[in-house]
Amino acid sequence: MTDYFEVFGLPRKLRIDPEALQRSFYELSRRHHPDFHQGAGAEAQARALEASALVNRAYRALRDPLGRVEYLIALEEGRELREETTAKAKVPTDLLAEMLEVQEALEEAKASELTEKIAARLREERQRLQERYQAEADALVASAPEWDAAIDSGGERRALLERFKQRLAVRAYLRTVIDDLTQAIGEDDGRVAHRRH
Amino acid sequence: MTDVSRIVGIDLGTTNSLVAYVDGAGVPRVIPDAEGRRLLPSIVAYTPNGVVVGETARRQLARHPGRTIYSVKRFMGRGWDDVRDEARHVPFEIVPSAEVVRIRIDDREVTPPEVSAHVLRALKQQAERHLGEAIEQAVITVPAYFNDAQRQATKDAGRIAGLEVLRIVNEPTAASLAYGLQRLAQGVIAVYDLGGGTFDISILRVKDGVFEVLATNGNTHLGGDDFDRALVEWLLADVRARHGVDLTADQEAVQELRLGAEAAKCRLSTEERTALTIPFEGFTYRREITRADLEPLIAPLVDATLGPCRMALADAGLAAAEIAEVVLVGGSTRVPLVRRRVEELFGKTPHSQLNPDEVVALGAAVQAQILAGGITDMLLLDVTPLSLGIETLGGIVSVLIPRNTTIPTLAKEYFTTSVDGQTAVDMHVLQGERELAKDNRSLARFDLSGIDPMPAGMPRIEVTFLIDANGILQVQSKELRTGKAASIEVKPTYGLTEEQVTQMVEDSFTHAEADVNARLLIETRTEAETVLNHVQRALAQAADLIRPDERQAIDRAVAALRAVERGTDRDAIRERTIELNQVTERLAEAMMDAALKGAVASRRADEILRER
Repeated sequence: MTDYFEVFGLPRKLRIDPEALQRSFYELSRRHHPDFHQGAGAEAQARALEASALVNRAYRALRDPLGRVEYLIALEEGRELREETTAKAKVPTDLLAEMLEVQEALEEAKASELTEKIAARLREERQRLQERYQAEADALVASAPEWDAAIDSGGERRALLERFKQRLAVRAYLRTVIDDLTQAIGEDDGRVAHRRH
Repeated sequence: MTDVSRIVGIDLGTTNSLVAYVDGAGVPRVIPDAEGRRLLPSIVAYTPNGVVVGETARRQLARHPGRTIYSVKRFMGRGWDDVRDEARHVPFEIVPSAEVVRIRIDDREVTPPEVSAHVLRALKQQAERHLGEAIEQAVITVPAYFNDAQRQATKDAGRIAGLEVLRIVNEPTAASLAYGLQRLAQGVIAVYDLGGGTFDISILRVKDGVFEVLATNGNTHLGGDDFDRALVEWLLADVRARHGVDLTADQEAVQELRLGAEAAKCRLSTEERTALTIPFEGFTYRREITRADLEPLIAPLVDATLGPCRMALADAGLAAAEIAEVVLVGGSTRVPLVRRRVEELFGKTPHSQLNPDEVVALGAAVQAQILAGGITDMLLLDVTPLSLGIETLGGIVSVLIPRNTTIPTLAKEYFTTSVDGQTAVDMHVLQGERELAKDNRSLARFDLSGIDPMPAGMPRIEVTFLIDANGILQVQSKELRTGKAASIEVKPTYGLTEEQVTQMVEDSFTHAEADVNARLLIETRTEAETVLNHVQRALAQAADLIRPDERQAIDRAVAALRAVERGTDRDAIRERTIELNQVTERLAEAMMDAALKGAVASRRADEILRER
């Protein structure tokens, strides 16, 4: 698949200066955007369109540190990345066990009327899960130097990738439970479905 | 540049449309019509003699509501199911159909792009007259939240009008370009655009001449029209309560009320209270309306714009407090309640230094100038407003390009066959944010054919979905084993086929001359009616100021004009209008003298307003 790092002339590393990336994105856009090739022939216009689309895709894949990890995994594994597909890894069993209690509370809330007491408990659970969700993201970003070092030294990368996948899977799972909680509390105004895409 | 012709910028609005260009000094300017008017009402009247557009068509509204089309933008690229509700509120007849909606006028049917093409052609002529050169290329704006079908319909309208549409630009982004040219604000800005029929919110980062849209959201069926409608409902109930008359089914009366409501709403943006006077058969309806009456009626509509604002912020990953500036665009942002709500949401006073009616057209002109190579330091990076996906097994949507992806962009998808020897595959492309295909907007069905017969699962067909800088989808495909391009037949769900558009382009040439004559005739008639009305009123007020022989001359001239006024001889109507004007000169002078002496009671302000 296309190496988006190469589009920006970057090595396959996770730490990227966001300002420099943006500058480089704007520069490439100025070069390729169809606006500046309006007078050119049909073929040149088509080329500009493709080049511009590539630059846009590449920037989208790399601009966000977490999205960058997802893209990196896809790139390393050589598969086509569809934006919303998260890397498939198993959710650890201890997390699933831990969630049993939350799931029970959810079932309870769905089966009976939502009392203020149940709602308060669900909110509390959600708060806890949101913190964990964020912690996983922080941990992913924090392991970027480790990956970059492995690139520099040509060291072992498989194990690191597996760990990234694990964390992403945990995040995806937590996201689902958080959304379910939000819906159960009745605070969803269509934004959950909106976010899921 | 190989092409030296000028490109104009067009704001094709729900209520009004404008055309603009960038002058030699690099300043974007709105092009006025021959009478100096800058806004062309987006109204098209189909008369027995031809088609008229704009102010002339507006005067036909109350008289011929069934064949005077307004707010057609709401029907662009739409299917019957989308407009069922809308159709009940307009006096013209929308024809139910499984594909693109049509409007019935007498014994013929027209599509929304054809109606819009009349507005575009009028703007094209306006620009040609003003600039003294042929105009063949344009940039046309659309609401940012317009889907693929609505954009395509707008492009089709341009073609039917004889314009090559070089770019479809989103209205809020166009507005930001106009602002950008004025004073290059740096940072993140929000553009809140509430027009006659559509609402958009766009969040942009402006930096070093690059206008990067971070997120956009909106509602393509929400605008000032809905404010008017709410007020009309209220007025109908009031007429019922006070005069015991139900005017709901009387289309001409409803149109009178709608025009009155629209004018009252506009006055209430600057005044606390206003008076409405409408003469109906048998009674005159007089009503004072205050801002306090209006606001509860429109509050739910204004509040409906806030959800999209929050979603756009969430998609941009920003809090309201991180927005440096909020810009207001669209005539409906003059409504004080709208300003208050926007200020509450963003926690800062929104601004609108540039005329909210004109700023989109000015921005379109700037984009046109960029395409012409006349501006090289500005770049607009826009996004696609809705997720694009294909239907998969079980009616689930698989998203290929998520909403708020910077355009142009592309995605590739791979297909194969499920039966031995299968030579064709079909796919269903949708736009929207819902999980199930049936809840999203169906864009088109594609038939991939010409696949070499192979065992099931063997062909590997790569389909490329490319959204261009107009936000319009292009689809290409090839079979990877043979490298052969598979042919794709597109069946747009709510759009026109290539053949239909070509036919309409041809038809438009046939009707063009008739339409020009029709416009001239109706304008002449309208002028005659205006003069007749003035004379009638003057005679009623001041008959004693002139001599009997002068009175006789006037009566003769009135009768002569009345005799030809409804006919089709334009020259006769014009000559007799001039004659009537001449014989009443003395009357006008006498009235002026008397007015100076205070002998003629000054007319009430609302009467003068109603004449406008």
